[in-house]
Formats: sequence, C-alpha cells, structure tokens
Amino acid sequence: MAVSELMKLTIAPIPFHWDAQTKLDFYARIADEAPVDVVHIGEVICSKRAPFFEKHYDTVAERLTRGGKTVVFSTLAEVMLPRERKMIASYCAPSELLLEINDSSALWHLEGRPFRVGPLMNVYNEATMAYLAGLGATHFSLPAELPASSAAILAATAKSLGVTTEVQVFGRASLALSARCYHARAHNRIKDNCQFVCEEDPDGMPLKTLDSEDFLIVNGIQTMSNSYVNLLPELEDIRDMGITHVRLVPHTQDMVAISRIFHRVIAGDLSPDEAERTLATLNIPAPFSNGFWYGAPGHQRLAHKPVAAA
Amino acid sequence: MTHADHPATISGLGQRVVRLLPPLPLFLLQPILRRIVTRVARKNPDMFGRLGPHLRARFVIDPVNLPFVLLLRPDPNDLLLRACSRRNIPPHDARITGGFLDLLMLVDSDLDGDALFFSRDLTITGNTEAVVCLRNALDDVDDSIAEDVAAMFGPPGRMTLNGFRRMNERRGQNHDPS
Amino acid sequence: MIRPELVCPAGTPSAMRTAVDAGADAVYCGFQNATNARNFPGLNFTVPELEKSVAGAHAHGTKVLLAVNTFPPAGKVDLWKEAVDAGSRIGVDAFIVADIGVADYIHRTHPDIRLHLSVQAAASTPEAIRFYCREFNVKRVVLPRILTVPEIRDMAAAIPCEVETFIFGNHGLMVEGRCSLTNYITGLSTNMDGVCSPAADVQYIRDDAGNMTTRLGAFTIDCFSCSENAGYPTICKGRYQAAAHEGPYYAFEEPISLNLSALLPDLMSAGVTALKIEGRQRSRAYVKKVVGAFRKAVDSIMAGNDPEIAALIALTEGQKQTEGAFKSKTWR
Repeated sequence: MAVSELMKLTIAPIPFHWDAQTKLDFYARIADEAPVDVVHIGEVICSKRAPFFEKHYDTVAERLTRGGKTVVFSTLAEVMLPRERKMIASYCAPSELLLEINDSSALWHLEGRPFRVGPLMNVYNEATMAYLAGLGATHFSLPAELPASSAAILAATAKSLGVTTEVQVFGRASLALSARCYHARAHNRIKDNCQFVCEEDPDGMPLKTLDSEDFLIVNGIQTMSNSYVNLLPELEDIRDMGITHVRLVPHTQDMVAISRIFHRVIAGDLSPDEAERTLATLNIPAPFSNGFWYGAPGHQRLAHKPVAAA
Repeated sequence: MTHADHPATISGLGQRVVRLLPPLPLFLLQPILRRIVTRVARKNPDMFGRLGPHLRARFVIDPVNLPFVLLLRPDPNDLLLRACSRRNIPPHDARITGGFLDLLMLVDSDLDGDALFFSRDLTITGNTEAVVCLRNALDDVDDSIAEDVAAMFGPPGRMTLNGFRRMNERRGQNHDPS
Repeated sequence: MIRPELVCPAGTPSAMRTAVDAGADAVYCGFQNATNARNFPGLNFTVPELEKSVAGAHAHGTKVLLAVNTFPPAGKVDLWKEAVDAGSRIGVDAFIVADIGVADYIHRTHPDIRLHLSVQAAASTPEAIRFYCREFNVKRVVLPRILTVPEIRDMAAAIPCEVETFIFGNHGLMVEGRCSLTNYITGLSTNMDGVCSPAADVQYIRDDAGNMTTRLGAFTIDCFSCSENAGYPTICKGRYQAAAHEGPYYAFEEPISLNLSALLPDLMSAGVTALKIEGRQRSRAYVKKVVGAFRKAVDSIMAGNDPEIAALIALTEGQKQTEGAFKSKTWR
C-alpha cells in the first residue's frame, strides 16, 4: 500500500489542565518524534485555563509545522460567557488557521470559511453531515459513542461529499459536559473560585463507586470514561470502511511510544496482537474499552469482530 | 428472574386500616379479586399495550399493613390477581411495597409514584422495567379504578372507599401537597 | 409583560387530558420510539393515540408540541422522518428538534409548521441560536438549564426568536444533548435512543436494615439509608468516592428538583415567552398538581398580584428543590 493511502494519525487537543511547561515539552516531543500527521492545539474544556497557554500557541504551531505536522486549532466545547463568545468570534474570523469547532456557537461566524467538526459536535447521521459540509465543513471527527454501523455509513457519505472522517482509537472518551465544575465541587469550591485544582490531576480525577470500583473520571466540567478506548484490533476495519483519520487523546503516558505503536499497525509493520503486547508495557492505569464501537456498554471491551463497510 | 425477598418495614399509618378489614380467610377473597381484575381489564382493554413485553410478568403487590400480599399477572388472556399469605410469598418478577392507602391512591393516580419513591414510602425490587410499564399502563386509565371496584360492591363498597379517602386526606401535607 | 405560554408534559393520552384540564397553554409529547428524549417503557403515544389527543387538545385551545428531539444515528434517519411526517399529518402545532439533519428535513418538507429548538441542541449563546434561526427558521429556543436570569434577559434581547425556559422538574446536571454516561454503562444512548438510565438496567436492592442500593448495569450508583430520601437512578445524581473528598459524596448533584416558582416574575419580565414543566415520565397526579399550581401563579402575576406558590416540595426528587443555575453563578 502506498504511503499516501495510509490512514492519518492525529493527536487530539490535550483535555487536561497541564502547566505550560509540560505542554511545551509535550508538543516538542510530538513535533520531533511522533509519527503523527495532525496535531490539535487549543483549550477545549475550560476557558479559564486558556490564558495560561495562549502566548505559546504561535511557538508551538511553528515547532509542530517544522516537524512536518499539520496544526489544527480546536475551539471550546461549551460557550456561554461573553469572554468565551469573543474567543470563538476571534478564532472563527477569516484566516489561514485550520479550525476544529466543538460548539454550535462557532457555526454562526463561519460562513464561507472552511472548518473541521470536532467530536463534541453532534454529527450522528448523513443528513447532518451533508448539511454542515454544505456550510464549509471539510473534516468530521465522529462522536465517541457512535457505533461502527453508523460510522461506516458516515464514512461513505463523507467520501461522496469529498470530506474526510476520523474516529478516536486511543484514550479516555469524553462522556459528558456540564456548566458546573466537578473538580471544584470535589474540593468544596465553585467554578469562579476553583483555584485551578484540576491541575492536580493530569489524567483527570478518578471517581470510584461506593463499592470502590473504578468508574468515571472528572476533568473540570467534563466527565470522561475511566477506561481507555483502544481500537487497535479494529484499525483494519476502520480503514476498510473509508475512515481517513484516527485520533489519539493525550495522556501522561508516553504518547510518542503510543503513536508509534498505532503508526506501525496502520503501516502494516506490526500485528494488532503484537501491538497490544507492546502497549501493555506502557503502564496504562486503566482497562481498555471498545464497547461504543460495537453498540455495547462503552466501558466494556469486546473481542474483535469485523464490521462491514457501508 | 424471580425474587423472594424480605417484607419491607415501612413506617406509617396502616394499623387503622388493618382494623377496618375483617379477618377474612384468603380463599373467600380470591373470587372477589378475580371479579375485580376481570372487570378492570374488560373496561380498559387499551392499557395492556403499555405493558410491552411484561404482560406475563408476575408482580407481588405488598401492602405492608395488610395481612396478605397480592399476586398480579396482567395478561388479558390469562389474568391473575390472587391474595397470598405472607408466610408463603410466591415466585415473582417484581415486588411493589408500600402502605395500603398509598398503593390504593397510586392505582388511581391520586398520588405520584415517583414522589412516593423519593420519600421512600414505596419500594420496588426485581424487574424495574416491568414495574415502570405497569405504572404507565395504570396511569393512562382515565376513570377511577378504585371507584369502579367499589361500585361493584354497591353502597357498602363506596362507603369503604370514601372512608379510605378521608383517611388519606387526614394524613395531611406529607403526602398531598395541594 | 407578555403572557407566557405554560408548556406542560404529557406522557400518555390521559396525562395530556389532565394537563389540558389543569390549564396548560401547550402540551409536549412524543411517539413510542427513539425519536424523542423520553423513550421510556410504556410511555408516550402511538400515531392513532396522538391523532385523537391532538384533536382533544385543540378543541380546548391547547397547542400540541411534538418532541422529535433525539439524534438519529446514520442508517436510522427514516424513523425520524416518519415521526415528522406523522406529526404533520396529525396537525401538531410545532416540532421540538435538536438534530441539524432533522431540522433541515422539517424546514424543507413542512415549512409551514413551527420549529422549536430543543434543549437537547444545547444552544447556549445568541450566536448558536441565531445560526438555527437563520438556517431553519426556528421560532423558539428552549434554553439549557445553565443560565442565570440576567443571562436569560440578555439572551432574549439578543436573538430573533421566542425563549422557553424550564421552571420545574427533574434537574439533569449534564448539558442536555451532550451526555453519553448512560451509554457508557448500559449500551443505550441518551442522544440516539432517547433513554437515560433505562429501567431494564436499574436494580434496587434492599437489605434487612431497610437500606436501598441502586445499581445501574454493572455498577452501584448510590445507597440510601432507610431515613434518606431517594432520587432518580441516574449517574449524575449518584454518590461516589474521590481522593480529594472526605467520604462518599454527590460528585455531580444530589437528588433535587428544579423549582423556579419564586423566580417566575423575574423570568416573565426577562422576556421569557414560554415556561416549561418537565416530567413526561411522571403520573397524572403530578401533572395535575404542578400544572394547576403554575397556572394559578402565572395568572396571578399577570393580574399584577404576588404569585401564590403552592408547596410542590413533596413532588420533588429527593424531596428537595433548587433554583439551580438560574439564581446565581455560584451554582456552577
């Protein structure tokens, strides 16, 4: 298979509140060492976190571009306050910036400007996809909970529309957004006075059930899965149905090593079984899951079974 | 799935209710219950659609302050409503436990089941979906099932029902906010 | 002040009649399938039931709003189109929608029927709402329950459509239309299947002491001691443990219901055109009491009097009520 036909690997925006130096180090390593095609930057979860890194975006984007990566700026998933609305308006203004939107507020500003649709936008069907493509959407990262049967149809629709598609294949899945900050709540604070406690949990704050079972992860206003999505065995099916990009969500584990594993499987240099064994050496602190892909409870991991392309 | 769980202990009134009812041998109750359930089913044939796959479910309805429980199978082709001794509760899919007056008002949609559940005056064990279906089926019956049943027994029936309702009203704010 | 429309829940034909009799200006309802966000067992309307119910409501001057407010997954879009076509044939007064594809279908094929943007669309800014108005001629937006009253006032002034807000009922903590917690645990999706904590996956377990454990799928989501009030078995109202918090706690929200009766005059003067009561899954008893109480309160405010607010606390989840995000930003 020609290299140009390989599925592209993308790094999702960092969902957690890492300090600026950690982010700079992360992007430097990704730029220099990770075999990925697209890297997303930008704060998606909490507008209060954004100022800590805004001044570094230019440097990071330039560094990643020098490393041969396509840089995409991802916008906020929840837009409410005047300050947040202004952020959206300024990012959506006509420019060369590749933009991935995560809230419908952005749609108002985007007339005539190409944009990408993030996984926190509700694109579940071909009608919605076609409508947004008509408005200028060029790429769709599908919702984490979308089953393979629907992803296959959307991949085919995308092909006919001349746009591209992406699914998350690694990392914790976003499960819910709220106006309330649950990190602040856990520390008996409110969002306006959070003192950025979310920084204490670089992979999110674990919630256990009353039976002390691992359950969910709190990341500010976002709730995530405890389990890490892992679609290594499904990569071939994903490619066969015509999905063009696969997404890795950043965690504190070695994302360069993880991206290499996925890259080698995509390139056909490593079998999914061998890849699993290598991944198992990387100290992922939670079980893997693929339930959403099979229309099963999202936390489960089912044995691989091929899903037909549409 | 069947359950044979512990009888619930629910605080509340009830004791007065027990005294209202004569210590009737269960075998005398059975034909009356059969008449009740047949009549309700005949008058409200549309309600069974809401039970979906749970027509064959066996519900134990447990009025904690009565000396017996009721076993219900809401299948219009094979109806069952039978009183059973507390010492020998039959296998069932779901059990609904509450005070007799609460359960009576619930059947008639005079009380909100969710509110009773929130206040812990109503307990559900077993197949929750079957219970939700039964609740929704009963809630879509416009006429008062209790009145209808009371009418079967003529003036004494209506007097008994009115007695229950007065008792319910006297319970005050806890249950009836309006 | 505009006389606001009181928009009331109807889970069954009988509940719809009850709401109409209790003074609803409009009722909202859905079909017995995944096309609406309260796809609960034994609830909702068949096509013939809705046809009869709409005729009944219209005879009393009450509008009927049909919720087609879930997100059809690719491959199943026809079910949503059928729901819309049936609603149009029956003569509903508006569709409540969330999905862009569904909104586009209605706008193109039934342009004469009003479109309301569901809370499930999570349109939380003037820009998002203007987008839906511009593209699909949306006439009304149901605002997410995350805005304060002053924010609602600013919103109403900044958008070209009517504003509907929730005033009473179940108080979901996650932004509607953006929560897949149920799917993560049960394999059924709130957005795609219209369910939240499906009853088939809920189990209540009582111990000898009267404590009640609530299980959803394979997980324990709460345990109520015998003296504690209970709530809905939803993940966002459960108790969990976190290292940062001493002891189990309601990590998202405690069982509590929204009750904005005290804020009604403020909401009405903020330009809210429709007041929504949640609870299609509730009984006729609930509909009768809540609709009746708010009917009286709204009429009293319109007559220039202080509202009479009947105590609705017994109908609330956990027997507790809150003004949630509406009162103050500290809720966030």
